[in-house]
Amino acid sequence: MHYRCRPVGLFAVFEAGLLKMRCHVVDVLQQVGGQLAEVYPSKPIYDIPGYPEIQARQLIERLMEQIASFRPGYTLGERVESVERQTDGSLVIATNDGTQIACKVLVIAAGLGCFEPRKPNIDDLSKYEGHGVSYMIKDHNVFENKKVVLAGGGDAALDWAILLADIAQKITLVHRGNTFRGSPDSAQKVVDLAKQGKMDLILESNLIAVNGQESLESVLLEGRDKSITELQADYLIPLFGLSPHLGPITNWQLSIDKSAIPVNPVDYSTDSERIYAIGDINTYPGKLNLILCGFHEAALMAQSAFKYVFPDQKLSFKYTTVYGKPTI
Amino acid sequence: MINITIQNIEEETAVLDVQQFEGHSLMEALKSSGYDLLAACGGMALCASCRIEIEKGIGALAEPFGQELDTLDVLPDAAISSRLSCQLKVNQEMDGMHIRIPKS
Ligand SMILES: Cc1cc2nc3c(=O)[nH]c(=O)nc-3n(C[C@H](O)[C@H](O)[C@H](O)COP(=O)(O)OP(=O)(O)OC[C@H]3O[C@@H](n4cnc5c(N)ncnc54)[C@H](O)[C@@H]3O)c2cc1C
Ligand code: FES
Repeated sequence: MHYRCRPVGLFAVFEAGLLKMRCHVVDVLQQVGGQLAEVYPSKPIYDIPGYPEIQARQLIERLMEQIASFRPGYTLGERVESVERQTDGSLVIATNDGTQIACKVLVIAAGLGCFEPRKPNIDDLSKYEGHGVSYMIKDHNVFENKKVVLAGGGDAALDWAILLADIAQKITLVHRGNTFRGSPDSAQKVVDLAKQGKMDLILESNLIAVNGQESLESVLLEGRDKSITELQADYLIPLFGLSPHLGPITNWQLSIDKSAIPVNPVDYSTDSERIYAIGDINTYPGKLNLILCGFHEAALMAQSAFKYVFPDQKLSFKYTTVYGKPTI
Repeated sequence: MINITIQNIEEETAVLDVQQFEGHSLMEALKSSGYDLLAACGGMALCASCRIEIEKGIGALAEPFGQELDTLDVLPDAAISSRLSCQLKVNQEMDGMHIRIPKS
C-alpha cells in the first residue's frame, strides 16, 4: 500500500500494519508530520483521545514510534505527480524526482495539499529555478565557495544562514523587517556572525529582481528608502515558509469538490477503484477536519483495502489486546 | 450597517454588510459569506492563508502585533496594507473600508 501522508497517513500505516499490509509513505516535505510539523509544531492539541494535552510535534513522534515495527518505507522531499493504472488494476505512482512505486492500493492523505514554498513576486524568477534559485537546501556542499543570498526572517533563513556561513564564500541574509521572527538564539548568532564579518546582513530591504544569462548572476534589492543595491550571487534561496496547494491531485482523474476529494463514507474509497482518500483531503456529508476523524477513516479504509492486497484471504476482525501486534 | 467593499480573487467587487459578524473575525465573516479563503490554521495567525490587502481605511485598524506581525513579517511580498483577516475583529470603525483578497 502507498500513502501520502501524515499525521492521518502515519496512523493509516498502523491500521494497515495490523492487517499485515506493508506501506510506503511519500511526502513532498523533508520531514513527516504534515500540518502538525509545518504549521504548528509547538502548539498544544487537546482533542486526541487519551492525551489531555499533547504538543503537535510530540504526537508525530508518538505516531512514528507506534508504526516503527511495521517498517514502512519512506520517500521524503518528493511530490507525487502521477498515478498510472496497470492492466491487473494495481497502480504505479511516480514522483517529480522520477521515483516510481508500484502498489496494490493508493491512500491519499494529502491534507490541504502539497506544502510548497512561498515565492517572491519577481519577474523571471522561475527562469532561474534550478539555475541558481532554489527554495530548499538538499545538499549544502553545493554552496562551497559560492556567493549565496538568503532571503527571509524566520527560523529557516536564520538556521541556514548560520550553517552556510562556514561553507559559502560569501553569505548575505536579506530581510524586509528590522527584527527577526525566528528563535532569539539563532537571531543573536546571526547578528554576531555579521559583526565578525562572516556574513552580510541587509535589513529593511526587499528582493525586487534577479539577473543573469544562463544562470543567476546577481539580485537587486530595494531598501525602505527606495535605494537600489545589486548583489553578485551564484545562488538565491528565498525562505518565506510554505503554503499548501492542491497540486497534481487535480490531474488524477478523481472528482474534486472545492479542493477536496469526495469519498464514500462507508470506507473512504474514491470513485476510482483501489484509491482511497482520508484526512483533510476528503469530503463527505458531515466531514470535520480533525485528526481524530482522520484516524477513524484510516481504520475503516484499511479494512476495506485488505481485499485488494490479499484477494485470496478472508478478513477477520481482531482486537490488538487479544492478538497483539503482528510482525510484517 | 458595516459596509465593506470587497474585491475577490477573480477581481470582482461587491459591497458586503458585515454587521451580523460584529465581534467575530473578518476571516469568519468572509468565509461565511462565501469568499474563497483557505484559512488553514483556523484563525491562529500562523498560515497567512486568510491574508487580505486593505485598499482603503487602514487607519481604522490597530497596527498588527504579536503573532500576526510575526507571520506577516516573513511573507515575501507583504506590504503595510497587508493584514491577516483572522486577526481583525469586525467593528463599526470598518464601515466604508475597501479590501482585496489576493491570489495565494
Ligand atoms: C494551526 C492548526 C491547528 C489545528 N489544531 C487541531 C486540533 O487541535 N485538533 C485537531 O484534531 N486538528 C487540528 N488541526 C487540523 C489537523 O492538523 C488536520 O486535520 C490534520 O493535519 C490532517 O492531517 P492529514 O494527514 O489529513 O493532512 P496534513 O497534515 O495536511 O498532511 C498532508 C501531507 O501530504 C503532503 N502532500 C500533499 N500532496 C502531496 C503530493 N502530491 N505528493 C507528496 N506529498 C503530498 C503534504 O505536504 C502534507 O505533508 C489544526 C490545524 C492547524 C493548521
Ligand atoms: S487563518 Fe491562518 S493566518 Fe489567519
